[in-house]
Parts: sequence; structure tokens; C-alpha cells
Amino acid sequence: MTKTALIVDDSVSMRQMVAFTLKQAGFQVIEGGNGKEALDRVKGQKVELVITDLNMPIMDGISLVKELRAKPDFKFTPILLLTTESQDTKKQEGRAAGATGWIVKPFQPDALLKVVAKVVP
Amino acid sequence: MQIDLTPFRQTFLDESVEHVAAMEEGLLSLESRPDDNELLNSIFRAAHSIKGGAGSFGFEDVAHFTHSAENLLDKLRNGEIRAERALVDLLLRATDMIKLLLAAARANEGAPGEMATLLAELDQRLAHGGAALAAPLSAGPIAVAPSAVSSAAERRVTIHFTPSTELFHTGMDPLLVLRDLASLGKIVRAELDAEQIPIFEVLEPESCHLSWTLELATEANDAALRDVFLFVEDGARLELTTANAPDTLAPPAHAASVSPAQHALPAGSAGATPVPSSAPTPAAAKRPAAAAENASIRVGVEKVDQLINLIGELVISQSMVTDVVNHFTPDRLQQLRESVLAMQRNTRDLQERVMAVRMVPIGSIFSRYPRMVRDLSGTFGKSIRLELEGEETELDKGVVEKVGDPLTHLIRNSCDHGIETREKRLAAGKSEEGVIKLSAFTEGGAVYVEISDDGGGLDTERIRRKAVEKGLMRQDDTWSDEQIHQLIFQPAFSTAEKVTDVSGRGVGMDVVKKNVEALGGTVAIHSQRGLGARFRIKLPLTLAILDGLTLSVGRQMYILPLVSIVESFRPRSESLKTVLGRGELMIVRSESLPLLRLHRIFGIDDSVQDPSKALVVVVEGDGRRVALLVDELCGQQQVVIKNLDANFRRVEGVMGATIMGDGRIALILDVPGLIRLAGVANDVALAAAS
Amino acid sequence: MSTTLRETGGASAALDNDQFLTFRLASEEYAVPILRVQEIKGYSAVTPIPNAPSYIKGVMNLRGTVMPVLDLRAKFGFEATEFTKFTVIIVVNVGAKVVGLVVDGVSDVLKFDHDAIEPPPTLGGDLDTSHLTGMAKQGERLVALLDLERIVGLESLSR
Repeated sequence: MTKTALIVDDSVSMRQMVAFTLKQAGFQVIEGGNGKEALDRVKGQKVELVITDLNMPIMDGISLVKELRAKPDFKFTPILLLTTESQDTKKQEGRAAGATGWIVKPFQPDALLKVVAKVVP
Repeated sequence: MQIDLTPFRQTFLDESVEHVAAMEEGLLSLESRPDDNELLNSIFRAAHSIKGGAGSFGFEDVAHFTHSAENLLDKLRNGEIRAERALVDLLLRATDMIKLLLAAARANEGAPGEMATLLAELDQRLAHGGAALAAPLSAGPIAVAPSAVSSAAERRVTIHFTPSTELFHTGMDPLLVLRDLASLGKIVRAELDAEQIPIFEVLEPESCHLSWTLELATEANDAALRDVFLFVEDGARLELTTANAPDTLAPPAHAASVSPAQHALPAGSAGATPVPSSAPTPAAAKRPAAAAENASIRVGVEKVDQLINLIGELVISQSMVTDVVNHFTPDRLQQLRESVLAMQRNTRDLQERVMAVRMVPIGSIFSRYPRMVRDLSGTFGKSIRLELEGEETELDKGVVEKVGDPLTHLIRNSCDHGIETREKRLAAGKSEEGVIKLSAFTEGGAVYVEISDDGGGLDTERIRRKAVEKGLMRQDDTWSDEQIHQLIFQPAFSTAEKVTDVSGRGVGMDVVKKNVEALGGTVAIHSQRGLGARFRIKLPLTLAILDGLTLSVGRQMYILPLVSIVESFRPRSESLKTVLGRGELMIVRSESLPLLRLHRIFGIDDSVQDPSKALVVVVEGDGRRVALLVDELCGQQQVVIKNLDANFRRVEGVMGATIMGDGRIALILDVPGLIRLAGVANDVALAAAS
Repeated sequence: MSTTLRETGGASAALDNDQFLTFRLASEEYAVPILRVQEIKGYSAVTPIPNAPSYIKGVMNLRGTVMPVLDLRAKFGFEATEFTKFTVIIVVNVGAKVVGLVVDGVSDVLKFDHDAIEPPPTLGGDLDTSHLTGMAKQGERLVALLDLERIVGLESLSR
């Protein structure tokens, strides 16, 4: 069965790149430009992986993680944060909010897949 | 997996243009709202996005430089430093540099030389205000250090792993960790310790109470092994013990799981790609610079869907028409009429939607002016505030792009000649700060863009003197102020007392006027001495389609743009006057307007000669009103504008051509051009009309 | 598009593209390189351009393109005649532009040997031969080869 990934980033190019990479790996992809949009888009959808940026307008990544974890459907869903190394505190905050792991920007597509493999069966 | 990054690079460059604009706009607003956290965040976010993308898509210079700017922004955001003017200046220059770097990246060129200097300046400012953020760019995800698997000889490692009881709440599955571990070697022994699982009554099914002891035969070093547990190490207990063939290079068992030296590269080589298989592809590196020239419009999906729906409807109504025509009997005439009407409606809807695709908000060019006015305020030592209004007003993309230069010139003019010096303003009882207002609005099928200032207004006397000097008018001419003001649009007419850095060279007001007219627009001036001046540009909504009035002169048909029409009527012969036996005037409600006979201007000999048997259309162009004499008006219609100069050349008095329903070509009249053409003969009339 | 006459320097271009479409103007015969001819169509009404020189008949609709139409009789100072059923418009490409030339009628497609082409004659008086690239002889026929750029080219169509 095809797995679905939710990709959240306000940068279209990053989103496209991540989406493209995951599609190559056989995922179905739902995209959101910020946390709020992502929440709207996943309503009623089953999602096996969430990849989200941290800095976004309207609703940032941390708030999104909190919101998702509060939903029964997303209680155990792997959530990866897109961070930069300079955001160490953010990373901790993300963990505290319930994020599974992180990918440090910049990254190359196959590095992304390796991290994804760590969290998705 | 090999993934070609080229298309994403293009997207990145496109969106970065928006991010840079957002940075610039934010920085400019920062001066008035230095403590606005959301504003600071949005600026930071824009820089952050550029940096993040640039690194991922292999634009190293952009990533590296933006990182320094981002660091500074981060300090601002955290309140470590204040947004005083010098800092904002520096950040604005950095923004300019990012713009240049992006352009260079687009063109596949190297970074401009000034980058290093500016970078040093940023870093110095950074050092000044406290410690910088961590090393800019990691060479790749910590979790997959490429060197991890390439260690020395095989050894046996015993691993005790007790995850945090919260493990499941982070969405992690311990099985995945074990699987990952297995990829680094061979699991020789695996023991599960379920002793800690509490009795059923107190069991929390969402907590993890398991622990493992594993024996792994592997060539990987400890760091690589610890990497496997990266996402599960919080609150976990992890012990590695090597049974044989100790790996002498391995870090102590309890060292941080990641050795920074192993992964972080110096700032200078930021963005270098550590994973060989995913280095930028040659195709990406050779990306032709021409790709940058591809103009594109972003269109929302819903707009495209609407178009598809409309096309669907059109296809249906077309098949209805076809059906009626194929099986036509006279009693089906009514049905045919209805089908054709439906098709007409669909076509019109479709046309409107298609035009809407080209419509973009004028704000996209307005946004460049706050920066310009700020810089000019500095240059002139004046205090000027720019107010924007109606940025959401939509215009054809082509018009928006071409109206930028005229606006730039008019705004510069206002800064230079319009707004007075502080001293003069205070002396005149005005506030020290001058205000220039740039606004746009739609009215009656046209878009108006106004530049108004509260400065000194046009110096009518000086323009008059200069005009007399240049022979544009006579000393004893009694022209209205408005007519005199109009003279500044004459070529090479400049009233600046001195040639200043900004407005005194290059394009003049005549070029402004020419550019606006080339867009099918007009410029009008309204000025009051001492109170300020207002330039009003009237533009067509689109360049491709025009609402026009079809009229005839002799056997020829012409299209008159609706925007330039004031009114039309059949004149009475007594309202026609001649001046000095040459110029003709038409009295229209006590206003006397010069009469322009279209047949004379165009040399048509088979037209109606007697004005009382013809029609007058009062038209406006160049801020002047004239009465245009034509034979007949035939009706209003939308026409598609075709350029004459594609195969021919520009023709004075004609802005283009269109193909009529019968396949013949009709010329579209250009009112300002007609006034110019008639100018010589009608100078007297024009003067007398005042 | 192939090589233009101008690019290769006058008559020698005929070496590369030596086929010409010949046409009549009054009693004289003229020719243009066949590769420059897009199509030939019957004369139909044109829309006059105000204040244009008399040899510019106006513009016409060529399948959605606004094409200027030049009257070569007027251009060369021949007496104007009524247009007949033989009157045709030769549609030629000049640079990126498409232009129609009104002529009295087309005659042939001819191939001229290089040797048969001579430089334009220098005639006395006020006769201007600058719009010719050469003269071609074939038997008794003398055909004037037109320099399209000169006649309908940038200098007369764009200011």
C-alpha cells in the first residue's frame, strides 16, 4: 500500500524537492505552506510521515507538531523537522513537542531518504 | 538515487526574489517599528529560507553570505542589538548583495567582488554585538555521516539499549532502530528484556518498558553506531562495549554521539557536498543562462480550473450551434439565435478569465519605491515619507512592468524638486517631513496611478519664463496654469535650478510621457503653488484588448479607445468658430475646444465636410480636450490590439490595428498622437481656447 | 530563411540561391529570390495608412497578421493603373517582417547562371538603380534583380 507523507514548508522549492524525492521513493505527498494549511489539508487523511520546516508564517513547525500529536491519528506518526544547525534550541523544543527526528538543512535528496528510512517502516 | 535538482533550483531562484523583496520591505518598515517582533521574525524567516534553499540547491555563495546576514537578523530578533539606522543600512546593503548573488547564480556567474568586503563588514558587526551563531552549514545530516561505515576491521560490539519510556510518543518504533543497526553489520545475538513491564493494572500501554542487549559484528566505529540511536537517545540508556579488536580511533564510549569535527566544515566551504553520489549533476552546473530569461506568471490552480470549466461550456455551446446548423430548418432560427448568444457569452467569459491570468497587483512594483525614497531622502538631506495605497490594484503584467520607469522618474522628481528642504518647509509652516503618496485605483475600465506630494508645487512662473526663452510660447500669451504646466512634458524641458545627481540627467518628463503613451495611457498634472503637485497616470487595464468605439470617416473605419472619450454629439453650425481664419473652435457648454477634423489630419477626401452634418467626439489626451470631427459612430466593441510596427512601423496618430468581423483591418486611433499631428495647424486655436 | 543577398554581397548571392521569381511591372521584368517569397495572393482591399508615402497602399489582414502592402509601380514611378485580375501581391520575408508587394503579374521561376548576372547599370540622369542588386540576361530577356532590403527594408519601413 502506498504511504502518504505530509510535507510542510513555506519555501516552494524545498517543498518541491522533498516532495519529488519522496514520490520517487513511492510516497504519496500532501503539501502545506505552513502549519495551518497542513492541518487543513490532512483532515481525514491517513498519513504515515510528516516532514515540516520550523520557521513558517502563520503557524510554525513546533506548533504544528503539538497540534498533530494532540490528534489521535497522529499520536504515533513519525514527524521529522527540517532544521539548520543553528537551531539547536529549536530542535530541543521540537523534541519536547513530540517530533521524532530531524534533518539538517542543507541536505541532498538521498540523505533525506536515509533519515526517512530511520523512522518509517 | 540520482535526482536532478535543476527544476527546483529554478523555483528556488524565483521564490528567492520574493524573499529578498520581503526582506527589503521588512527592513524599511523596521525603522518605524523597531520593536515589532512579528516583523523581525518575517525578515529573519525570509533570510532563513534563502539560506536553507541555497545550501540545498548548491548556491554556495548565496548560502554563505545570507548566513551572515541571518546571524545579524537573529541578534536583532533576540533583542541583543537594536535596529538603529546604520544597522538597517548595512542590512539593506546585504539584501542588495543577496539580490546580486541570486542574479549571478541565475546567470551561472561567480559572486561579485564586493561580496567579501560586505561579508567582512557583517561579520565585524556581528562580532561587535556578541557571539555568532554556530557554524553556518553542516555538510550533511548528522545522522548519516558518510564516513561511518568505512572504518577498520570487523569487531564485536555489545549494545545495551533501554529507550525512554516516552519513546512511542515521539512516533518512533524501536524495531526501526534495530533494523538500522542491522544494516551496519550482523546481529549475532539479540535479547529482549521485558522484566520492566509492570503488572497489568498499572500498565500504560503507550509507554515503552522494554530494553535490549544486542551483539553486533560490525566494521563501523562507535560514532556510527551511536548515530543509529540519534533519534531515540533522549532519556535513553545506551552502552557500547567492544569485545575484541578494539577500534583505536573510536571516541570514548560516552563522548557526544556526534563529533563536530567530523561533520561540520569550515564556513568557507559551506554547502560542499559530502555525499559523493549526490553532488550537483553536471547538467545542473551547465544550466544555460538563457533559462533565466523565461518570463513566467504564477497562476492559481483555481484560475486554471475556471478556464477549463469555461472551455467545457464553450465546447457544449459550440456543438449546439453545429447541431442546429447541420439540421437547419427555418423554424429552428430562434434556437440558433439562442445557441449563438450562449456561445457569445461563453466566449466573453473566457476572454475575461484569460485576461485575468495576466493581471498582477501593481504592488509588485510599488514595493521598490520605499527603498528608493529612503535612499533619496539621504541623498538630498530631506525628510520624506512615502505612503502607498491601492497596491492590490490589478493590471496587465505587461503594463505593470513598463510603468515602473515612468513612476521611478516621477517619484524621483517629487523627492528632488517637489519636496522642499527642511528649512523651507518649516519656514512655510509645514511639517518637517514631506509626504509623497503613491496610489493606484481602478475606475471605469482604466487604472489610475497617482503620485502626489505636499511640496512646493510647480513653479508656473519659471516654467513660463523658460518656455518663452525656448520659444515654446510668447511673452504675451495668456495661457492657463494647466497649459503652462503641460509644457514640462516638452522634450528637454527641465526646470531644475541645478543639474542634480538624480533628476537632472537622463530621461526627462518627455520620456515619462512617451512611455506612458506607449502603454496607451495619459499623464495629467495638477499643481498648486506652495501646496504640492499631483501627477495622474491613466492606464488601460490590459495591453491586448481595448474597449473601443467604431467610427467612420469616408469609407474608412477607425476605432477610438473608449477611455479617451468624454462625450459625442452632432454640432450646431453656430457653435463652430474660426480664429484668425485658421484654427477652428467648437463651443461645448461654454468651453471652447479646438476642432480636429480627422479627415484633414489623415488626408481622407471622401468624408463629410460640413460639421453640422457630421459628429463631434470630445476626446481627452495629454491633459487636453479637443473636439474630433468624424462622419459617423458605428458602435462600441472590444477589439484585439495588433501592433503595426511588427511588420511596419509606428504611425503617428495610430496606436495599432485590429481585425474586424469581416476580416478587414481597422486602425486604432491614438488621441495624444492626433493632437500632436494636428498641433501645428491648431496652435492658434489651442492658445485661443484657453 | 536562407542567405540574403545583402549578406553575401550583391549579385554573387545568386550563386547560392539562384532561383528567382520574375514578375512584370509595366513592360519591364523584375525578379526576387524565390527563397524570400512566402506566397502569392490575389489583390484584395487594403486599409490605407494615414500620411504614408503614396507607394504604401496600406495594411491588409494576412491570416491574422497585419501586413503592409507596397505598390511597386508607385515605388518605381510608373504610371498608376487600375488593378486587374492579374494584379497580385507577392508576400516576401524581409528580415523578421512580412511585406506584400503589388505587381502587375507574376511570370516565371527562372534559374540564372552566375555568369548571366551583371552588376546594376549606372544610368545617366536621375534614374536610381540603387534598389537593384544586378541585371540578369537570359536569351532576349533582361531581368532586374531587386534588392528587397533596400526597397521594403528597414530604412523605408521603420524610422
